[in-house]
Amino acid sequence: METEYDRPDRFFLEKYNLSSASLESALGRVLGKKIDYADLYFEYQTSESLSLEEGIVKKVSKNISQGVGVRAIAEEKTGYAYSDDISTEQLLVAAKTARYIAKEGKSTENIPIQKAASPRQDLYSVGTPPIDVPIEEKIDLLHRVDRLARGTDPRIKKVMASFSSEYKIMLVVTSNGLVVGDVLPLMRLNVTCIAEQGKNRQVGSFGGGGRREFGFFLGQEEGSDGSDEKPLEHYAREAARQALLNLDAVDAPAGPMEVVLGPGWPGILLHEAIGHGLEADFNRKKTSAFSDRLGERVASELCTVIDDGTIPQRRGSLNCDDEGTPTSRTVLIEKGILKGYLQDRLNASLMKMPLTGNGRRESYAHSPMPRMTNTFMLAGDSPPEEIIRSVKRGLYAVSFGGGQVDITSGKFVFSASEAYMIEDGKIGSPVKGATLIGNGPDVLTRVSMVGSDMALDSGIGTCGKDGQSVPVGVGLPTIKISEMTVGGTSG
Amino acid sequence: MIFSSEEARSLLKKAEKQGATGGDIVVVIGDAFSTQVRLNSVEKISNARGKRLGLRLMFGNRSAMTSTSDLSSSSLEKLLSDTCALARVAAEDPFRGLPQPEEYAVTFPELNMEDPDIEALSIDEKIDLAMRAEKAALDQDERLNNSDGSDFSHHQGSILYATSNGFNGTYRSCSASLSVVPIATEDGKMQRDYWYSSKRRSRLLESPESIGRKAAHRTLRRLGARKVSTQKVPVIFDSEVAGSLIGHLASAASGYAIYKKASFLCDQIGQRIASDAVTVYDDPTLPNGLGSRPFDGEGLPSYKKIIFEKGVFKSYLLDTYSGKKLGLPSTGNAVRSAGSPPSAGSTNFHLVPGKYTQDEIIRSVGSGFFVTELIGFGVNMVTGDYSRGATGIWIEKGELTYPVEEVTIAGNLKDMYREIEMVGNDLDMDRSTASPTLKIAQMMVAGH
Repeated sequence: METEYDRPDRFFLEKYNLSSASLESALGRVLGKKIDYADLYFEYQTSESLSLEEGIVKKVSKNISQGVGVRAIAEEKTGYAYSDDISTEQLLVAAKTARYIAKEGKSTENIPIQKAASPRQDLYSVGTPPIDVPIEEKIDLLHRVDRLARGTDPRIKKVMASFSSEYKIMLVVTSNGLVVGDVLPLMRLNVTCIAEQGKNRQVGSFGGGGRREFGFFLGQEEGSDGSDEKPLEHYAREAARQALLNLDAVDAPAGPMEVVLGPGWPGILLHEAIGHGLEADFNRKKTSAFSDRLGERVASELCTVIDDGTIPQRRGSLNCDDEGTPTSRTVLIEKGILKGYLQDRLNASLMKMPLTGNGRRESYAHSPMPRMTNTFMLAGDSPPEEIIRSVKRGLYAVSFGGGQVDITSGKFVFSASEAYMIEDGKIGSPVKGATLIGNGPDVLTRVSMVGSDMALDSGIGTCGKDGQSVPVGVGLPTIKISEMTVGGTSG
Repeated sequence: MIFSSEEARSLLKKAEKQGATGGDIVVVIGDAFSTQVRLNSVEKISNARGKRLGLRLMFGNRSAMTSTSDLSSSSLEKLLSDTCALARVAAEDPFRGLPQPEEYAVTFPELNMEDPDIEALSIDEKIDLAMRAEKAALDQDERLNNSDGSDFSHHQGSILYATSNGFNGTYRSCSASLSVVPIATEDGKMQRDYWYSSKRRSRLLESPESIGRKAAHRTLRRLGARKVSTQKVPVIFDSEVAGSLIGHLASAASGYAIYKKASFLCDQIGQRIASDAVTVYDDPTLPNGLGSRPFDGEGLPSYKKIIFEKGVFKSYLLDTYSGKKLGLPSTGNAVRSAGSPPSAGSTNFHLVPGKYTQDEIIRSVGSGFFVTELIGFGVNMVTGDYSRGATGIWIEKGELTYPVEEVTIAGNLKDMYREIEMVGNDLDMDRSTASPTLKIAQMMVAGH
């Protein structure tokens, strides 16, 4: 095992022949008299992906990314430069570019930096990072998934499975003297099935993963969902089941109706309707439909919504954010009242609010922004069956594709990929995929029942904002929304 | 180029010594600059150079690919041994392989993809372009009282592609863009919209004042938007959003989607799949085109081809692999990045303009929906089922009336393409995937 990975600071200094003095002088170079804050972000990432189709592993690839980003902040201004050559010279070049935003400043003395600190939490250390597991085991995993999915039903005609993993070492050095690094494993397994019956062809997908060991997929790790089924079996069966189910789906309804969302991944509702609108940048600029609404009622009193980057092994979790701030559990909505925003360093400082550990970036080539981690609603009291029984006519949506939000108007959508009609309190026929649309600031005021079955998603979420993608998680108990517009074709 | 064709050839030779039967190298190098201003003050400046080398190796019918942003010789040695190790465990796939040497492009068309003027622009002048666009927008009306900012960005890249069986090519690829997102408030409700211009040459960008005025107009017309009742009506896609419908056609025509049976256009080549008003070309040779390139991602010649002719599906978009899977030659549509193996996709993918002005199309509708923005991902490429969130303006008696939001439009793409009744004359050739304004006979609009 490469033990230098245990200490990100040593890893970067040794690999790229840097010294503490060169970091101190680079930071000194950035900080002029008009610069309030500067940081350096070092990253070394290895990623791999394998994909199977037509029963063979067709694609095998591996990518290495390395680089350093230099940021300077002066009031509301940010200067950012990066280089994929990590060296003292390149650091100084980038430092000079980053400080362009404050022309009048002079280079100051070196900035003394402290000894490296470990993150305060340890949420996902692994014995063997997934990336170091022999490739043959990953190929075998994909073949097993393929066989399982095909074995479910002769109508499953195509199976596509992919495995991807990454291993990232990062180090943040700030002008406050902070030096903090982290080592982040991440993996994901996805299965897509196409079912065919005559000319009718339908697709189903499922997947999962997290910051954990490879053995998780094989059921060799605690903390799956408590069932006897191994994750790889579960994913294959679910993807096949969804494709087969859609063979019988009828046209989705169009118009407003009661909507019941199932537990887990439908939590994407919270991510789109609430989460983005509570990111601090939009609220500082007052461009969010939630601006200036702290302390106001934005949801029914059944709703408490949390963003928590500290849940062990989750895809959206981080020991510290990409600015070195420890992640935390932030209450966004408590019993329906808006309580907090998601902060990064720039916005927290301008808004004079505490840091929440939500400053994230896609890579060294991007400057940090406030982003979600794992966003979910706390469980309520209602048994899920009772929630279904309470619906006269409505939609029961249990699985979703992507979603999107217009932060400023608050309008958001998310698209169901597995849904059923509810008639007289009973789950009826499956319906085709349809987009649900609503208004972020009032959709949660219509939550009239909250189930006792809160679940987090299986670990597949990726959130895009301003061209940057980061892994996230969501969670939800079964909930009933008294009215939402369902975008089907059937009047 | 900081990595030469000679270096690429020498790396491929080393691979052959380690047992590789073939391979290729892609090197992408780019300088990127962007600045964002907001409320007349600089918010962000970012500047950097990035590079990446991709190496794909074949061992008979096995292949693997790797990439790195570290081009030092020690890193490339490691990359080479990693790639060999990966390729040896990959599955045998008899369809895999490079094109034949005689297929490669030998002459490269001049496509004017350089931006000779950008070097002369100072950072302050770039900031000023963004400032002017935002000011022009916010000056239009006092209800425009906030902004999500204005961005000026440009990128200058170099691409090198070399194969072990004889292809060698490089080209430069530049682009610049200017955009602004103003915010307007009325009765305590905010709306934002945008406008932008994106070109190969910075000098050819729409003026900041024009971009600002259009963004302001688009934002103001959304104020007071409301839901409409659920109903089936004719739907007009503004050219700005009609491009997405053509994009779905491109995805569905990709050889990979076809052979994987993951397209609603499977088994329909040669058949009528759209109204006869629909003719679509893929043209990588368009001068200044944002999707243009002198050769494709496998070194094959670029040429203009018809994909849909008067509604009939004439050609797939193929690279060598997906072509072999379907028993056809490549159409020169290989898409390649440094980090992944070739795939197939469109270049400049344009629906040929019709004869109607947008006004004439709007006037043809008694009661209907003019869509100006779409959100969400509710498009199923296997079945064609379509359901997306939409914003726009309601049409009554041939006139635009009040703004509409928080509704969805739904149908099936197979029906929607057949029901394209009118095609506008307002194609913007500067967008790589573009369509003029389109009218679809009927779709379900869901509101209250």
